[in-house]
Amino acid sequence: MMNQASTVNYWDSAHECMPVAELRELQLERLQKTVKTLWNKVPYYRQKMKALGVTPSDIRSLQDVQKLPFTTKEDLRLSYPYQAFAVPMEKVVRIHASSGTTGKSTVVGYTRRDMDNWSDLVARFLVAGGLTSQDIVHIAFGYGLFTGGFGLHYGAEKVGASVIPVSSGRSERQIQIMQDFGSTALVCTPSYAIYLAEIMQNMGVKASDLKLRLGFFGGEFWSHLMRKEIQEHLKIVATDNYGLSEVMGPGVSGECIQQEGMHIFEDHFLVELIDPSTGAPADPQKGGELVITTLTKEAIPVVRYRTRDLCAFLPNPCPCGRTFVRMSKISGRSDDMLIIRGVNVFPSQIEEVLLGIKGIMPHYQLVVSRDGALDNLEVHVEVSEGFFFDEMKKQQEFARAIEHKLENVVGVRARIKLVEPKTIERSEGKAKRVVDLRKLT
Amino acid sequence: MKVRQISIFMENRAGRLSEVMQLVGDSGVNIRALSLADTSDFGILRLIVNDVDKALGALRKAGHTVSVTDVVAVEVPDRPGGLAGILVPLSADGVNVEYMYAFVEKATDKAVVIFRFEDADAALKTLKTVGISVLSAETVASL
Repeated sequence: MMNQASTVNYWDSAHECMPVAELRELQLERLQKTVKTLWNKVPYYRQKMKALGVTPSDIRSLQDVQKLPFTTKEDLRLSYPYQAFAVPMEKVVRIHASSGTTGKSTVVGYTRRDMDNWSDLVARFLVAGGLTSQDIVHIAFGYGLFTGGFGLHYGAEKVGASVIPVSSGRSERQIQIMQDFGSTALVCTPSYAIYLAEIMQNMGVKASDLKLRLGFFGGEFWSHLMRKEIQEHLKIVATDNYGLSEVMGPGVSGECIQQEGMHIFEDHFLVELIDPSTGAPADPQKGGELVITTLTKEAIPVVRYRTRDLCAFLPNPCPCGRTFVRMSKISGRSDDMLIIRGVNVFPSQIEEVLLGIKGIMPHYQLVVSRDGALDNLEVHVEVSEGFFFDEMKKQQEFARAIEHKLENVVGVRARIKLVEPKTIERSEGKAKRVVDLRKLT
Repeated sequence: MKVRQISIFMENRAGRLSEVMQLVGDSGVNIRALSLADTSDFGILRLIVNDVDKALGALRKAGHTVSVTDVVAVEVPDRPGGLAGILVPLSADGVNVEYMYAFVEKATDKAVVIFRFEDADAALKTLKTVGISVLSAETVASL
């Protein structure tokens, strides 16, 4: 056996391999500071703490984090746009927002120090996954409010790699650029990587025609099977990384070349696993909902943010020498959020659109499938008398209106299929809202 | 002189039309005229029947989405140019036809055309002015 440790590269070994006892001390110190900041600067969270009768001085150990109230996506939505900010706007140098209903997305800000930390953490997982300053990084994430594009961009620049900000779309051009520019690392969603491999095949471009050697994929859930497929087709080492804009963006955790779970950057994030129904601690190895407390965020510190992502923590230290706990791939959601072509979609958003059309709610069902590598969303809508027009033109306009509004509000294109009443499956009188035909595990 | 027409929302799948026909037949209702407009996903079936309420009851009971629309039944001379003779004055008065369908009467030399007008009252006024006879609901039911 080759000694893995000798081939491991670190971006910041002082922190990544920190003795656990020291790490816990650092976490406690940072947790106390974060809670104090929230108490002093963010009224909504102070109210939540008061309601539970907790004050910053009650936080004496890391376990005491459990005394603190959770933060939910709804809390952040209600703080739209800037109420969750703990610093004045003059300190904010960047603003991003997560996908969500228009006017209800969650807006996040970054101070200069936040930006510095963010790019550092992205650099950590890029280096852990094999990136060096020699690499040419092809970023096919969309650049915009979404944190993926810019997050990876600044991290890769920090590593010293040559970054090509290709952004998303125009797949044939993407492949042309990879060929002509000699891209060695690909950054996108895993499903887009599979899609690109298919387009390459159609174009007659072989993996050996490209210089790609690494892939950093995130933004959606993907299975080990998908990894195998991507690695075989593109002849690359593909690693997974995780993050969400509410706590920062990509860079919360990432895999090393062992490809055995994502190291959570615990010096910046305190993590818990809870039982999503009770909020009580879950057995870390059995898994539960990931709850994250930011330890260094200045612009928007969040305490006990309920990610709704389900995962487990892996036991035993990783052979790579990093001391941070590793999380498994995300196995699902504790709510009904779907990720469709990298966009977060909640059935509640679709309900809002449907309700908005005629003021009454039709029965509906979301049917998600995968056509090749791309996700397809069909919304089946039962046509009851309130949605029935005797004229074909109006009936079709009704369907088009839903399609149009969904694309505007939710940000994904969906096909509306009008179906007869009582044809959508109901279990115990409740309609089954989501049918996911994608095989992701 | 409007006639009540039943419209039924139907998914475009095999056997659906025959199921609906069966249902209407079983309720003892006789169909006088019908038309089907369809897309790849769904269709709208329109029926003129001899007993609207009975048919509606049976369809609703079976869980169908139905609606009732007022249409106008016009007797058209069964000869070349017969229909044009009706459409021309309507068009001159700016009355829009949403859709129409025709059937031929059994025992006469006339055809019956069912019109869905954007504005049925305006249409009736024009038809009256130019002396075109409109059939009553009772007449249509007994055709």
